[in-house]
Amino acid sequence: MKNLKTVVLSNQEISPGYYRMRILAPDYTRLAKAGQFIMFRVQRSLLPLLRRPFGIFRTGFMPADCETMPPKEFIEIIYKVVGGGTEIMRELHHGDSVEILGPLGNGFEFGEPGEEKVLVGGGIGLVPLYMLAEKLVEESRVRLYMGGRTRDDIITVTEFERLGVRTHVSTEDGSVGDTGLVTVGLEKKLQEGGKMTVYACGPMPMIEAVEKICRRYGVPLQVSLEALMACGVGACLGCVVKGAGHSDSTPSYLCTCKVGPVFDAKKLDWGNSPEQSVGNCGGCQ
Amino acid sequence: MIKRKDKIIRPKMEVEIAGIKLRNPIMPASGTFGYGEEFAPYLDLNSLGAIVTKGLSLNAKAGNRTPRICETVSGMLNAIGLQNVGVDVFIKHKMPFLEQFDTPVIVNFFGNTQDEYAEVAARLDGVPGVAALEMNISCPNVKHGGIVFGTDPKAIHEVVSQVRKKTSKPLIVKLTPNVTDIQVTARAAEEAGADALSLINTLTGMAVDVKTRKPRLANTIGGLSGPAIRPVAVRLVHQVVQAVSVPVIGMGGITRAVDALEFLIVGAKAVQVGTANFVDPTAMSTILDELEEFCLTEGIEDINDIIGSLVV
Ligand SMILES: Cc1cc2nc3c(=O)[nH]c(=O)nc-3n(C[C@H](O)[C@H](O)[C@H](O)COP(=O)(O)OP(=O)(O)OC[C@H]3O[C@@H](n4cnc5c(N)ncnc54)[C@H](O)[C@@H]3O)c2cc1C
Ligand SMILES: Cc1cc2nc3c(=O)[nH]c(=O)nc-3n(C[C@H](O)[C@H](O)[C@H](O)COP(=O)(O)O)c2cc1C
Ligand code: FES
Repeated sequence: MKNLKTVVLSNQEISPGYYRMRILAPDYTRLAKAGQFIMFRVQRSLLPLLRRPFGIFRTGFMPADCETMPPKEFIEIIYKVVGGGTEIMRELHHGDSVEILGPLGNGFEFGEPGEEKVLVGGGIGLVPLYMLAEKLVEESRVRLYMGGRTRDDIITVTEFERLGVRTHVSTEDGSVGDTGLVTVGLEKKLQEGGKMTVYACGPMPMIEAVEKICRRYGVPLQVSLEALMACGVGACLGCVVKGAGHSDSTPSYLCTCKVGPVFDAKKLDWGNSPEQSVGNCGGCQ
Repeated sequence: MIKRKDKIIRPKMEVEIAGIKLRNPIMPASGTFGYGEEFAPYLDLNSLGAIVTKGLSLNAKAGNRTPRICETVSGMLNAIGLQNVGVDVFIKHKMPFLEQFDTPVIVNFFGNTQDEYAEVAARLDGVPGVAALEMNISCPNVKHGGIVFGTDPKAIHEVVSQVRKKTSKPLIVKLTPNVTDIQVTARAAEEAGADALSLINTLTGMAVDVKTRKPRLANTIGGLSGPAIRPVAVRLVHQVVQAVSVPVIGMGGITRAVDALEFLIVGAKAVQVGTANFVDPTAMSTILDELEEFCLTEGIEDINDIIGSLVV
């Protein structure tokens, strides 16, 4: 965990509205665990004021600019342009200075070796699943159910395939893959039975639907959540979600930045009207 | 630069507040620095003037529903709801960590009744390692229709007097800016026995999501902090310094040394850094470096020479 003053190595649009940014990041290959995130300072000025949280897509090495230098260690983030901060980010170029705080939070548990692993990603929610897949393919069969609204939201699937992951794509408008929600394929898979662990990241309604299905079939689930964050280090207490057993008389709030962003679904409160229970960015967008 | 025999003389940074010696005038603002541990990976806690804890209550407090925070222009709104572990857990589990450092620990606390304030102060009184208490009076008085203690001079006088009787530690009273005349509330706290005053707490504010037409905070109203509030804070500190004789700690939107200097120049003996810690967990060490640099280039040998040096 440290604050790194560093530079952008590249920043490219990979699908309409989605960008992949490579950032020089010494030590991250050793330090970053699948599911962790960074707090990205968009620019040195105070506009926007707060840092933006982004999952780490992957870490790696690339050749230095000249042969005598050691290879450069980098991280990649993939972001969707949604507001003021990401609008500025899309304009960044090779060599621009940025600051990243991280790696932050707790990552995924890898489950039992050998059992099948099922990843469910919705749109930009795919990001933290890539490093997880890299790890899981070493010892397990891995399947990915990837969903989005249209074909533009289906990103990096071929990179998962290159790892040996079996991928199933669905879009709501049917522009690529099956037509419909990602949970349809997931439910079919769970009906087949067998020992497995499910990992999900994506929009809240998707995560809630995945949670219901996994609960119905008694399959363990880990979810990666988003929350509004100011500090990313457990100090502001702005990013909390309700823990299992939460009630007005015995409240339980867990920091998404510190205890999460990955949670065992059993440790969270899914409530009767779940969209209010698990706090994500809520009414903020 | 001040050079004597070719040696750079480092400016003197020590200040004293209510009998506590601080190695420099920079400390975190309550609620933006956790219990210190959260920032230890990023910052040498031994480099700070003091450490100020999250506000503590008699019993643990769960805090508000989410969303609890929302970014605004040059600032943020928060309605955390004073989530904290409670004073006893703090003393048992958080204090030992803080005691490892050679930095005064200022414990921020609050209550919902006068008795609660007094009881928390009493429990902290005997705790070694607690250098001073900072009393947050921006809380609703549940016995008086929820009117915020800090907006009513009479309520301030009563609650501060009662706490005063329960503690021999230096008592800092933290004022709310949400009043018509801050000089009146400042004097009420001083007369009731405050050894120092700190200000400003957050300004009440609100933001609306125009698409959903809902407030951006679950609590509807929250507290505004960050650079947006700084001119208001500087004005209020200036007014309080004129009105009282006890030392004043200034805060509100400090992100750089130049911001801190504004507060020192109008007469604050020390400053607290809040929201800036979220933007950059190393903010206070940068501010310290810049402050020393400023003194060197301006030929200031002792930071105390800046304090209250406003030219009008
Ligand atoms: C742990 C974590 C990992 C994330 N990983 C990714 C990722 O890999 N790729 C990606 O595109 N996005 C990711 N997000 C969401 C990303 O942080 C937001 O899209 C981004 O902050 C939007 O900033 P903005 O200024 O463009 O939007 P604005 O709406 O202008 O931002 C206003 C404020 O709301 C916050 N905010 C807005 N949307 C979100 C959101 N969905 N989650 C949290 N805070 C939000 C911003 O940080 C900012 O403080 C992640 C969020 C979290 C919490
Ligand atoms: C998230 C958050 C939590 C806070 N919690 C407390 C608290 O527990 N007690 C208190 O006296 N002030 C609290 N404050 C107020 C700050 O200590 C400070 O007075 C205010 O934020 C103004 O300073 P700033 O603009 O530098 O942040 C909090 C502020 C923020 C942003
Ligand atoms: S973002 Fe501040 S506590 Fe999690």
